[in-house]
Amino acid sequence: MTALSWLIPAALALGLIGLLGFLWALRSGQFDDLEGAAYRILDDDLPPKDANDDRDPKKQG
Amino acid sequence: MALAVDFEPGSTPEGKVPDNQRASAGERSSARIILAIENMNCGGCMRKIERVLDETAGIDTVRANLSAKRVTVEFNPRQTDTEGVIAILSDAGFRAADLAHNDLDDHARADRDLLLRLAVAGFAAMNIMLLSVSVWAGLASDMDHELRVMFHWLSALIALPTVAYSGQPFFRSALTALKAWRLNMDVPISLALLLAAGMSLTQTIRGTEHVYFDASVSLIFFLLIGRYLDQSLRSRAKGAAQNLLGLKSGWATVRNEDGSSERLPARAILPGMRILVATGERIPADGRIVSGTTDIDEQLITGETLPRTATKDAAVYAGTLSLTAPIEIEATAADDDTLLSEIARLMETAEQNKGRYVRLADKAAALYAPLVHALGLITFLAWMFLGAGWETALITAISVLIITCPCALALAVPAVQVAATSRLFKHGVLMTSADGLERLSEIDTIVLDKTGTLTRGEPQLTNSGEISNETLAAAARLAAASRHPYARALVNEAKIRNLPIQPAQNVSETPGSGLLLDNADGTQERLGSATWCGVPRPTEQSTEARASLWYRSGKHKPVAFHFVDKLRSDAAATIAKANAAGLEVILLSGDRCSAVADAAEAAGITKWYGEQRPDQKIAHLEQLKAEGRRVLMVGDGLNDAPALATAHASLSPSSAAEVSQIASDGIIQGPHLAPVIETLAVARKTRRMSLQNFAIAAAYNAICIPLAMAGFVTPLIATIAMSASSILVTSNALRLTNTPLELS
Repeated sequence: MTALSWLIPAALALGLIGLLGFLWALRSGQFDDLEGAAYRILDDDLPPKDANDDRDPKKQG
Repeated sequence: MALAVDFEPGSTPEGKVPDNQRASAGERSSARIILAIENMNCGGCMRKIERVLDETAGIDTVRANLSAKRVTVEFNPRQTDTEGVIAILSDAGFRAADLAHNDLDDHARADRDLLLRLAVAGFAAMNIMLLSVSVWAGLASDMDHELRVMFHWLSALIALPTVAYSGQPFFRSALTALKAWRLNMDVPISLALLLAAGMSLTQTIRGTEHVYFDASVSLIFFLLIGRYLDQSLRSRAKGAAQNLLGLKSGWATVRNEDGSSERLPARAILPGMRILVATGERIPADGRIVSGTTDIDEQLITGETLPRTATKDAAVYAGTLSLTAPIEIEATAADDDTLLSEIARLMETAEQNKGRYVRLADKAAALYAPLVHALGLITFLAWMFLGAGWETALITAISVLIITCPCALALAVPAVQVAATSRLFKHGVLMTSADGLERLSEIDTIVLDKTGTLTRGEPQLTNSGEISNETLAAAARLAAASRHPYARALVNEAKIRNLPIQPAQNVSETPGSGLLLDNADGTQERLGSATWCGVPRPTEQSTEARASLWYRSGKHKPVAFHFVDKLRSDAAATIAKANAAGLEVILLSGDRCSAVADAAEAAGITKWYGEQRPDQKIAHLEQLKAEGRRVLMVGDGLNDAPALATAHASLSPSSAAEVSQIASDGIIQGPHLAPVIETLAVARKTRRMSLQNFAIAAAYNAICIPLAMAGFVTPLIATIAMSASSILVTSNALRLTNTPLELS
């Protein structure tokens, strides 16, 4: 019985964390483009905007 | 594609190309636009678009969305503008157009709202199930009373807010229906939800076993899944349709009073603005010609392939093409005496007469709700009569209502609709109306428009066998200077024969007549109408009467070119399939009777009517309706729009006028007519599978209702039965995604 008094709140809290995590993902647009996201992981990050100089070899191609 | 090859956004002359975004952005340092990209199909395209824009000066952030085929761009309005961004994309090989923000956000917001409610319901269902499983296990073993009551209270704590929040879409829809004195599927759903939650709460307070929180929350969860899939698919189809429209509406060169000119998106045009329309440009707004004479291709408006010559004060319509000379028009608000206002008026009446279509699920609900409620009442009375006391009688009656709760029934149609819509989406058919598929399943007659629907909407040379290569090459030299559909067809024919085309210099074009070339040696070459080439007006019987274009070099004998608007490549096969399936096909066209007769014969259509005005088309459809026919209208022109709205169901090709696309239930993409048949086949299959699912739901009820009435139903049985029936109807619906279908 004493175990239940913290196990149940813990289970609920874990579930709630999951829900909040999903809400955060939804709000930040993680579900807006499901197809594109699959390709993005294959892509290198774009160089930071301020550092765009012409020496970057990727831009020559 | 080749415009602005040397475009450098950084060097855009300030003020020369002002942009509406700039005005709306005011003093802010960045403007945000959403562009539809026609040919962004893969991860590579997405990357290329983001790279090319990211490397451009003045663009702050770029985010491409591959699923929606859209790019959101934020830029510094002082350094570039919407048109500049579009030009950069155009250089990179992508066709882009900007979209109005407001309605886009609406779809996304509705989707998100539903997903949020779904997530909450899912969280609650899982946690309550955790507690319920313990209770069920405890019933068999040693769980003591206090602990069980505590678990019930915990479930109540999770379930009640969830029902209040996640159940709202159902409550709202049920209220709307009840206010109109109608029954829809959401009425029994809402009733079951409220009863289950309410009874469980009283039972929890009293500390007894009949607690159905798990059942009510998992019901919401399952139903929201169906509803969310349905909604997100439809908003995806609508988004794709909006992209199509956005890509079609263009830019306008507006002349200010001080003589300067600026480029504005077509939707920013206000009545009274003076607009310059270059040769070959689409007229961006309805208006009157202020100066200039040109040939106007009005195919989208009237269905007529041949251009009309328009001069000062003539009315011109948005979406038509100015072919032969630049003109200046003044944009007008809708006039009462124009074709457009007549079409708007007809549309309005058509929509009013359409009445409310009663959906299959709502028909089922109208049968089902009274039946179930009567069964509940009978259970209550029977138990009272048998002397069980009002409390036991009430609990049993309510468990009847809960066990019959329309979980499978409410999923029966949406699950199939989702499978059908996504299948059609893959085949290039965008279903934009909610009940379109159901209406399509009842079709027994197809009415087709000719130009642009049955045909490709572009003329092709028919008597090419009679024309020598030399003549064709010579005529093509002149034709290359013109955008008239016949001239283009001629150049195309020359290209097909691999003839070298050297566009002649000094070609002058007279709108409505033809082309004239003054050679250096003083001879003249003419390409154009019979009169233009000095051909005597032929008699009606001769084949020359149907010659569409003449070519005359100097004093030589004039040569006639015959053109016909060729059918879509699979038109005849599609019509044959429709006929074989027992559908009657009728051709209704605004074009000349002779042209319609030819097209009908070639396509194998026996019933045709030519020279039909929009109101006559409607009259035809009304007559068919009076005969008890269910008509599918397929059309593209603005003149078809009222008919599309009148028909029982309607489809339009993606090349159709904006009004027509909005008026129809679905949009067919691609050069073929076959998707019409595929759509009908899928619609019929959808109906059959919906009925199948109803049968499954009814079988489930036939087993469960006697059990519930006899008082054997426990919360465990209720939950298992409901989830099992939901999963059964959903997996039945998924069969529709891949099975090949034939229209029978």
